[in-house]
Amino acid sequence: MTINETQDELISDFELFDDWESKYEYIIDLGKQFPPLQEQYKTEENIIKGCQSKVWLNAYMDGDLLKFEADSDAIIVRGLVSMLVKVLSGHTPEEIASANLYFMEKIGLHQHLAQTRSNGLLSMLKQMKAYGFAYQGRTVNSES
Amino acid sequence: MSNNLDITAIRNDFPILEEIVNGKQLVYFDNAATTQKPKVVLDAISGYYEHYNANIHRGIHQLAEKATAAFEDSRKRLQQFLNAPSFEEIIFTYGTTDGINLVAQTYGRKFLKEGDEVIISAMEHHSNIVPWQMLCEEKGCILKVIPINDDGELLMDEYEALLTERTKFVSVVHVSNSLGTINPVKEIIRKAHEVGAKVLLDGAQASSHLSIDVQDLDCDFYSLSLHKIYGPTGMGILFGKKELLNAMPPYRGGGEMIKEVTFEKTTYNELPYKFEAGTPNIADVIAAKYALDYVDTLGKPNIAAYENSLLEYATQAVMEIEGLKIIGKAKEKVSVLSFVIDGIHHQDTGVLLDQQGIAVRTGHHCTQPLMRRFNITGTTRASFAVYNTTAEIDRLIQGLHKVKKMLG
Ligand SMILES: Cc1ncc(COP(=O)(O)O)c(C=O)c1O
Repeated sequence: MTINETQDELISDFELFDDWESKYEYIIDLGKQFPPLQEQYKTEENIIKGCQSKVWLNAYMDGDLLKFEADSDAIIVRGLVSMLVKVLSGHTPEEIASANLYFMEKIGLHQHLAQTRSNGLLSMLKQMKAYGFAYQGRTVNSES
Repeated sequence: MSNNLDITAIRNDFPILEEIVNGKQLVYFDNAATTQKPKVVLDAISGYYEHYNANIHRGIHQLAEKATAAFEDSRKRLQQFLNAPSFEEIIFTYGTTDGINLVAQTYGRKFLKEGDEVIISAMEHHSNIVPWQMLCEEKGCILKVIPINDDGELLMDEYEALLTERTKFVSVVHVSNSLGTINPVKEIIRKAHEVGAKVLLDGAQASSHLSIDVQDLDCDFYSLSLHKIYGPTGMGILFGKKELLNAMPPYRGGGEMIKEVTFEKTTYNELPYKFEAGTPNIADVIAAKYALDYVDTLGKPNIAAYENSLLEYATQAVMEIEGLKIIGKAKEKVSVLSFVIDGIHHQDTGVLLDQQGIAVRTGHHCTQPLMRRFNITGTTRASFAVYNTTAEIDRLIQGLHKVKKMLG
């Protein structure tokens, strides 16, 4: 699936919910199901400090695809993080660097990407894109 | 709930309380961050811009005279608010933070030397930590911290043990923003003076709840922000004892703060203007008077009594939330209720309350060392003001039940 196909899929998933509770219950579920990042990757280097919650992001090349794993200590952020990972992970660095993310806005969750939320999500997204730029043109077989 | 205030009428004074947030009527419980502003304050701001906007202290025309008179009236009003002996001891600042930096950078840099000690407490806001750290780093002074007990009260014995002839400055928070604790500042000041140290009080939180008398307290400096007392953002005052302010060098250089400027030498203006370089925040200074008048019309003791009844009600009510633990159980407290819930991140609590139209603050409240003391990363904080109601607290409790249900 392309980045946009995944985004569209998420958007249609969320169309099923007509109130905030079911929407957030779904995000909380996504957060609960998202596999935790192994402790060894919860390093100072991988941490993205929001003001309130912590987000960890680990990136590695698998062939010519850039992959992400992530985690957060707050469950709603974890759910949101899982969506960002689902959309962006496993694409080429070029695709990630040039991706146009519209699904948060469409789902009505864009406030979580606002600067003031200080939940680390916006910084995480910037960091994912930065990895995309940094890894362009690289092919690696093992985790870097 | 018995009180002398007509809360319905008071709520009508605050237009913002009608706002709809996420489809629900706003419940605003983030008053320790900033209070909402009554209509009289909003009108004072627009009234100034509509009718007599002019730069002050310099013009000879009508508007300038009117603006200058209103500006200086505000200063006298603030003098009265703190019971300061003289209007010259009231310096307009951008807020509490600005006032503390002013003292650290002028008094501190002039009078503190290597090896001198500065005492703060474990419950300080970052704005009463960082300016002193910067000073200590520059001058080679030592920063000491008064510890607290598990209820969030200062350990006064430990404080006394820290005081020596090396102690030159004590800077403590009058009321804690994270815990609500009212500190025994009079005793802190008296003890500090016994060893010859000067004392600054961070009055950011105290000034909206308590009556403040700087002469009775005998504090050397008192810094506060008007935006926490139903007044405008971007302005505050620093009270300082005249003999100290006179002995201090100026802070910022520029217009207003000078008497005469030549390229060889500048002589500085008198107090309080010596510390007020440049065009000040005229509109907000003028509006500040209206905020204080508003508070006085209601009566600070009435406000305090009502807020305390809200705090008691809320403290009782949250007991029914399983796994909830209150952080800050001081005997002397203002209407701040900080808590953690077992297994639930404070940010999740905040997001889900926001969805229900309830505004609380979550996080470390700019007191990271204090959070570390309690071994937590943050709390959820509901802080109450005079326009809040028990019905709103009921909504908070319902909201928390929902949070528990969704995250449990
Ligand atoms: C105890 C305390 N000190 C200082 C401050 C800083 O006030 P301001 O940001 O208005 O300068 C605050 C505000 O949050 C506070 O609560």
